[in-house]
Amino acid sequence: MKKNILEIQSNKEIAHEIFELKLKGEFKKEEFIPGKFLHIKCSDNIHPLLRRPMSICDISDDEKQMTVLYRVEGSGTKLLQKKSIGDFLDVLAPLGTAYDLDIRAGEKIFLVGGGIGVPPLYYLGKELKKRGGIIKSFLGFSNRADSFYINEFKDLGEVEIATVDGSLGHKGFVTDKINLDFDALYSCGPTPMFKTLQTLIPEDKRAYIAMEERMGCGIGACLACVCKPNSKYFPNKGYFRACKEGPVFKLHDLEF
Amino acid sequence: MQTKGTNIDLSVDLAGIKLKNPIMPASGCFGFGREFAEFYDLSKLGGIAVKATSLEQRAGNWTPRVAETYAGMINSIGLQNPGIDKVISEELKFLEKYDTEIFVNIVGHSIEDYVEVSERISKVKNVSALELNVSCPNVKDGTHFGTDAKLLEALVSEVKKVATKPVFVKLSPNVTDIVSMAKAAQKGGADGLSMINTLLGMRIDMKTRKPVIARKIGGLSGPAIKPVAIRMIYDVSQEVKLPIIGMGGIMNADDVLEFIYAGASAVAIGTANFIEPFACLEIIDELELKLKEMNVSNITELVGAAYK
Repeated sequence: MKKNILEIQSNKEIAHEIFELKLKGEFKKEEFIPGKFLHIKCSDNIHPLLRRPMSICDISDDEKQMTVLYRVEGSGTKLLQKKSIGDFLDVLAPLGTAYDLDIRAGEKIFLVGGGIGVPPLYYLGKELKKRGGIIKSFLGFSNRADSFYINEFKDLGEVEIATVDGSLGHKGFVTDKINLDFDALYSCGPTPMFKTLQTLIPEDKRAYIAMEERMGCGIGACLACVCKPNSKYFPNKGYFRACKEGPVFKLHDLEF
Repeated sequence: MQTKGTNIDLSVDLAGIKLKNPIMPASGCFGFGREFAEFYDLSKLGGIAVKATSLEQRAGNWTPRVAETYAGMINSIGLQNPGIDKVISEELKFLEKYDTEIFVNIVGHSIEDYVEVSERISKVKNVSALELNVSCPNVKDGTHFGTDAKLLEALVSEVKKVATKPVFVKLSPNVTDIVSMAKAAQKGGADGLSMINTLLGMRIDMKTRKPVIARKIGGLSGPAIKPVAIRMIYDVSQEVKLPIIGMGGIMNADDVLEFIYAGASAVAIGTANFIEPFACLEIIDELELKLKEMNVSNITELVGAAYK
């Protein structure tokens, strides 16, 4: 983990208010493991004050380019959206605990993403495919205009799409399409999706989630981004920090 | 002998504690140092004010615990800490290897709580001072002692009976008359003051129209509160004799100097650590350069410059 000053190679809108940012640097895959995150300083000034946590969507094969997808939502991402090619970004990375990539060749892998939780699953899926995983992706968006990276996921394997308004794929949530025909499931997205997954997936199945939490420091000091451990497995345990023990957790290790 | 402008002496004396420089991370913004030790050598710091420690383990408040504001943030952590046993056996133990002054921030529900924690923490070898936290806005009884002068005096004098290390009192800005609170701490026998803790604040979400923070209110920190801190230190330092650790939105060396001019003898860096893990180190370096530029060889010369 360190502070990186990275040059922007591209920063363009690829779906409604979804931007694809490409950064130049040295990104060793043994350090920038899928699931780990970046903490980006969007402003050169004191507003907005805090960094913005973002996931790693891809690392190029030569480990010299990182792709980050973000949704323009608040003051930080509005500033980020205006950055140009050649501008530099102050990025703390890689932070947090990564996904468990330990799979056997031929295992069936489900990737379950919702909205801006979809990007880290792409890099994860690529790495799991290299390890021989048979990838099936379940991607959820609010509507067609907000959807992105569907073709990229199709390169990894089968893809199921759901949109809330039904403008693309299944009308409803991705969790409507999930069955238990997998060896390992990896998810990232909003908390209600994880809640549903907890009801659908038995505790003995391998399932991992990456939390999207409001963060302060991103390095484990401020205790802003805490998540509640499942009291059944962790009696008397204090909160987990999404930025340190997480963002990746076993599905049933958290209580929502 | 020091030659002006070449050898800069950043060391300061706080109630008999010698700090190699006047910069320490503020309590609640640095955990127990572990996370930052991954970035740099903690021995470079003048001191460390560690996370609030209570008798019992505290889980803290539910989330959301933070909300960003203009040039600041509101937090509502709620004194999450592992409790005194673990703080002593694990956290303070971990800090033993660093050559820096450890200030342990102490919280309690009652005078008895504060006394017990203070007595036990005093006995820990690598602890330099206690910092009584009577100003946390994020728990039910957090500011109880910090907003009532008589109670504060009683608390400090009880703690002083058992403490074998200097006792600092971290004051709340959420009072009408900060000077009277500082005087009460002094009367109780405090050895120094830390000021200020966070200001009570709230943010309301535009979509839900409800407070962002789960506990609704929280403590505002960051550059937004700096002028409030400066004014309070300026007032207090002229009325009491105690050394003051100044804090409230310090982001750079100029901010440090402003606190020193206002009457602080040392400063604590809080929110800045969340944005920039290296904040304290960068500020120490920058401060040394500033003093060189100003031809000031000893930083203590500048304390209270605003009214001297």
